Amino acid sequence: MSTPEPAAPPGPAAPAAPLLEVTGVDVFYGDFQALFGVSLSVARGGATALVGANGAGKTTLLRTIAGPQAAASGAVRYRGEDLTAAPPHRRISRGIALVPEGRRLFPSLTVEENIQVGAAAAASKDWPLDRIYGVFPMIARRRGQRASTLSGGEQQAVAIARALAAAPTLLLLDEISLGLAPRVVGELYQTLTALRAEGATLLIVEQDLRRAMEACDDLVCLLEGRVALAAPVPAVTREQVVAAYFGEGPPRDFRGSRDSWGSEDQEAAT
Amino acid sequence: MTWVNAVIQGLLLGGQYALIACGLSLTFGVMRIVNLAHGDLAVCGAYLGLVLSTVFGVPVWYTLPLLLPAAFLAGLALQTLLFGRALRHGVLAPVLVTFGLSIMIENLLQVAATSDPRGLNGGALALASFSLGSHITVSWLFMTAFLTACAVLSGLQLLLSRTSWGRKVRAIADDLDTARLVGIRVRPVFATVTGIAVTTAALAGVFIGTIGTFDPLTGTNTLIFAFEAVVIGGIGSLWGTLVGGMALGVTQVVVGQVNQAYAVLAVNLLFLAVLAVRPNGLFARHQAAREAGALG
Repeated sequence: MSTPEPAAPPGPAAPAAPLLEVTGVDVFYGDFQALFGVSLSVARGGATALVGANGAGKTTLLRTIAGPQAAASGAVRYRGEDLTAAPPHRRISRGIALVPEGRRLFPSLTVEENIQVGAAAAASKDWPLDRIYGVFPMIARRRGQRASTLSGGEQQAVAIARALAAAPTLLLLDEISLGLAPRVVGELYQTLTALRAEGATLLIVEQDLRRAMEACDDLVCLLEGRVALAAPVPAVTREQVVAAYFGEGPPRDFRGSRDSWGSEDQEAAT
Repeated sequence: MTWVNAVIQGLLLGGQYALIACGLSLTFGVMRIVNLAHGDLAVCGAYLGLVLSTVFGVPVWYTLPLLLPAAFLAGLALQTLLFGRALRHGVLAPVLVTFGLSIMIENLLQVAATSDPRGLNGGALALASFSLGSHITVSWLFMTAFLTACAVLSGLQLLLSRTSWGRKVRAIADDLDTARLVGIRVRPVFATVTGIAVTTAALAGVFIGTIGTFDPLTGTNTLIFAFEAVVIGGIGSLWGTLVGGMALGVTQVVVGQVNQAYAVLAVNLLFLAVLAVRPNGLFARHQAAREAGALG
């Protein structure tokens, strides 16, 4: 998180280049097309919620950004660098880390080993173990236990800790509240708020619309593999999001000028 | 006293089986490759030892500093050029590739070295022995093979549990996709795993060639015993492999004491019995952990 932002590319309409820019991405699983020309941009320091019904392509989009899923066409640019064809370890070393859906911890490894493995391609040494344990004191006590013996909330915390070990600038979180008690989810989101304050940029897939809109500045809604709505959270009502979610009415695009996205930038860049 | 002797000899023999088997256990546990050429690679190690010890005119032990690194490099090359590519084409491709490799090695060895049985020059160690009490004599060569197996297994266990390389190996064995996702570069890890497996196979081959004789077809029989040791012990558990090897060795020698004709049959019956009662093997740690993970 200490790496300086590279200079914005020259051009008349480039106030602050977005941290992440996905343009026109198509993704296929065999013959099935999961994403159709999806574009998305995330400002540095911002938090973007990615919502949509089951099968809308949210997880696919996160995996396309993080690397394990290849895009058939389109581009994934990060800090101006084209990472469309880069393998996951290279994207991680640039500062992108994914907390996968279903946590996907290594069951036979201890909590600490799970976190250490996350540092295999770390972007920097900004997140040593003690700093991670400072963020998640509840898992520090369990560091020597097998990950499979932890409760769901603790496992989710370890999954986030494992991603933090990669010292990401952009943290992708896929359904971290799935199957967890509301109190536990509340604690996890408090942690995310703290991470943002430390400069992290978040892209969050979240089923709970209310929580997504509370936690994020921007919202992107996917519908059957296409962007149905993309707007700053204050600019949309819950009803508009629900309509986009279920595909009622014409697709809307509330995106303002680039400047309104870029202004989020300064806010949390400290 | 003959029975005690048989058990002791069987345990020592089991060490040799474990030494051959640990590489098989490692490659299967990490990459899900059943390397059908593993026994033939061990025999290649024996032939390489034969060539080197003949060229330099020394007992085969002195050629190990050259032989083992060569085996490691051969393992890296095999993984990079052959197994790694095969792995990208589903589960059947690696089986076919290693089966084909096995046939190629056996036939090339027949052409290059004829099918005459050979033995390796084990120097003074091959003939030395010591006595336990008045009735039991233990060959130092068998003892060395057993202790080497224990050292290799301990070393591997330490590498796997204490180093960052070992952490990556275990993470890959748990969940390959997620290992890639969190940034582990899988190919170099796979290459070193195969390198180590081939190195242990070559070392086992040297003991096979020193203790008995070998010919181009020895590898197939070796493979069967190694494979049974792995399955009895539980796939992915190195100490299980040692116990599996010792169970095989003891069964073989003790039954052989009664009637030599039934020794190998008894080993295979033991294998079938374990498969029937505990299909995951005696020490199936990985499976247990995985199920716990799925449930937790």
